[in-house]
Amino acid sequence: MRIKISLAGSAVFFVLLSSLTTVAQQTRVGNLVGNANHGKALYQRYCIFCHGPYGDGNGESAPYLDPKPRDFTKATFKCRSTPSGSLPLDSDLYDTISRGVHASGMPSWKPLLRQDRVDLVAYIKTFSPRFQEEKPAAPLVIPPEPPGSPESVKRGAELFQSMNCWLCHGKQGRGNGPSASSLTDSKGYPITPFDFTSGTRFKCGESDQAIFRDLMTGLDGTPMPSFADALKPDQVWDIAHYIDALRTAKGIPVEAPAEPKVEP
Amino acid sequence: MRIAVVKRIGTQLLLGAALLAAARPAHAIPAFARKYGLPCSACHEAWPMLNNFGQTFKDNGYQLGNDRDAPIYQQPAYWPIMFRVSPIWHRESNNRAAVDKVPGQASSGLVQSTVTQSGFDVGGIDIVTAGTLSRNISFFVQPFIGNSSAGLAQAWVRLDNLFKSHWLNVKMGKFELDEPISQERALTLSNTGAIYYNYFFTPPGDNNFFTGIGNLQLGAEVSGHSDNDYTRYSVAVVNNNNGATGLQASQAYNLYTNFNQAFEVSGLGLQRVGVYSYVGQSPTFYQTSGGNAIPGTGMGDRGFYRVGAYGQWYVGRFDFETFYEHGHDNVFLGNAVPANQPSKLPAGAAGPSWNGGFVEAHYDYNPRLILIGKYELIRMSQQANPSIRANAGNLDTWTVGYRWYPIMNPRAGLAWVQEYSRIVNAGPPTLSGKDDINNSFLMGFDFDF
Repeated sequence: MRIKISLAGSAVFFVLLSSLTTVAQQTRVGNLVGNANHGKALYQRYCIFCHGPYGDGNGESAPYLDPKPRDFTKATFKCRSTPSGSLPLDSDLYDTISRGVHASGMPSWKPLLRQDRVDLVAYIKTFSPRFQEEKPAAPLVIPPEPPGSPESVKRGAELFQSMNCWLCHGKQGRGNGPSASSLTDSKGYPITPFDFTSGTRFKCGESDQAIFRDLMTGLDGTPMPSFADALKPDQVWDIAHYIDALRTAKGIPVEAPAEPKVEP
Repeated sequence: MRIAVVKRIGTQLLLGAALLAAARPAHAIPAFARKYGLPCSACHEAWPMLNNFGQTFKDNGYQLGNDRDAPIYQQPAYWPIMFRVSPIWHRESNNRAAVDKVPGQASSGLVQSTVTQSGFDVGGIDIVTAGTLSRNISFFVQPFIGNSSAGLAQAWVRLDNLFKSHWLNVKMGKFELDEPISQERALTLSNTGAIYYNYFFTPPGDNNFFTGIGNLQLGAEVSGHSDNDYTRYSVAVVNNNNGATGLQASQAYNLYTNFNQAFEVSGLGLQRVGVYSYVGQSPTFYQTSGGNAIPGTGMGDRGFYRVGAYGQWYVGRFDFETFYEHGHDNVFLGNAVPANQPSKLPAGAAGPSWNGGFVEAHYDYNPRLILIGKYELIRMSQQANPSIRANAGNLDTWTVGYRWYPIMNPRAGLAWVQEYSRIVNAGPPTLSGKDDINNSFLMGFDFDF
């Protein structure tokens, strides 16, 4: 009798435990719920050769890729809507899979079904225990964007200098600041600051809102910090407008400071 | 051997099969896998058959759109080239062949017998170089080296994403018509199972120069697609020449159009439906010199068309490809009568028409193993000449097989293939008057690098 009760109790315990684990791991994007088992099959078809069988970014093709594939075991992601250091939302991972990461080996997987992309998110989350132990922080709320203007761009250019963005990105935003050559990512791989004048699309989205978000959340795993505590939203919008002007050359006059003169 | 077998199933299929032999399936392209570090399975349901990601990649001009597409980003040593070879053992048998009663003595008379042949074989070598010349300019060159021949299967250049839009791309050269169920990417290899017969069919007695939408064609194509490739269209203007280089048969051009739409069904997968049409004219006679036709001077053009619909249906690990075609040729083409000599038309002559289709099913056990089953049929609905028996040209084929990929990585692919195919053809009557039957069994390797 005691054994029966003990067995029944164990069964209840395991059922509860597994249901709690399921809740902790559940992946949801919109009205779609991720299926990690199906995501595993998709991962083995599409992702394994770059990100590796253990999700550590050491796939067969990894040695030949620059930048290196993401290490999912660290649960550190560049493109997030959550504060620096926080786990990303499921929708952040989904957006990255859908959009791809420009100027890297990661293509847009938008041709996959939406459900498939959610399933991939569910499986990617199994590589790190953080997704079972932590919850993502509340996402950033992006305030309404003030209209862009030459004045806003000018203020942004000044902030770009005063906040020392130029140390990495260069005085004219060309990714050639004095610190550029010595930067590494969180895994010690050399990393190049973004050249805003190249016309290349941004890794985490192209809209002004995406630039605002990147400035506020930072790009985890890279030297790019969050400016959420250092700048007011209007100031971040000014920098976003300046960066956008550098990138798109929309006709807004950009008075970027000249490169430092080299003494003869 | 392939041509010898196909001869038995009708002279009109012969040309299609011969053209097919000169343009074997060739499109698992490790050159792209090497360039991007992706495995074959990223683009192929099972190579060479594309999945939607691979179709999107192709439709984008072999570009992933991740700002790493232009050649400038590649190592100087990278050379976008691949080859594909299929060393196999196969067995072919014709159950109702006409053979001499006494071997070697033509005078002994013909009797119906089974002819069986078998042995090791290599069909030829496909070489493909393809990729981007620059951002948004792609190319494809595919010479073919057969056991006793060489030729140019495909060669084209494409301007991609004109006006920064996926909806406008222009291609010119020799290429496969836009067919989501691609002859070039067929999973089957056997003599009787490799061909989509509907793609190459013309009725018995027909002399239409055009022999099918499965041929690689010379011309120009305008195409476009949505961002995720769910909506696609293409319009191609091609020579009336079955892709043969040199002067075309006449001054007529043919028009091919294709439109397809994919949609998601929850719990099942991506479904795609499409419609197509090929409308053209073909010459019925030529200017002659000393009685010999002068190439390129075809005259008396008469019309023909092929129209139909198709679908690609996914149900979990199963997928089904369905295809329907209705074909019609002008009465002069159907009876091989010059249009300037209508009196030569037999009494009761009519333009031949027919219907056909196939269902091909796949079970995708995992990216390394796929099971294949195919059934195809053609039914004549109107013969050109009332004296032709009503079912002449009808055929039924069955194919079953599997492909197992022990090696499938960003450098190369190797498949082990086993396949059995059977065709029952009501073509030229056999001695017994029964339908001709051919069986084909194949096993071997199919690899590319």
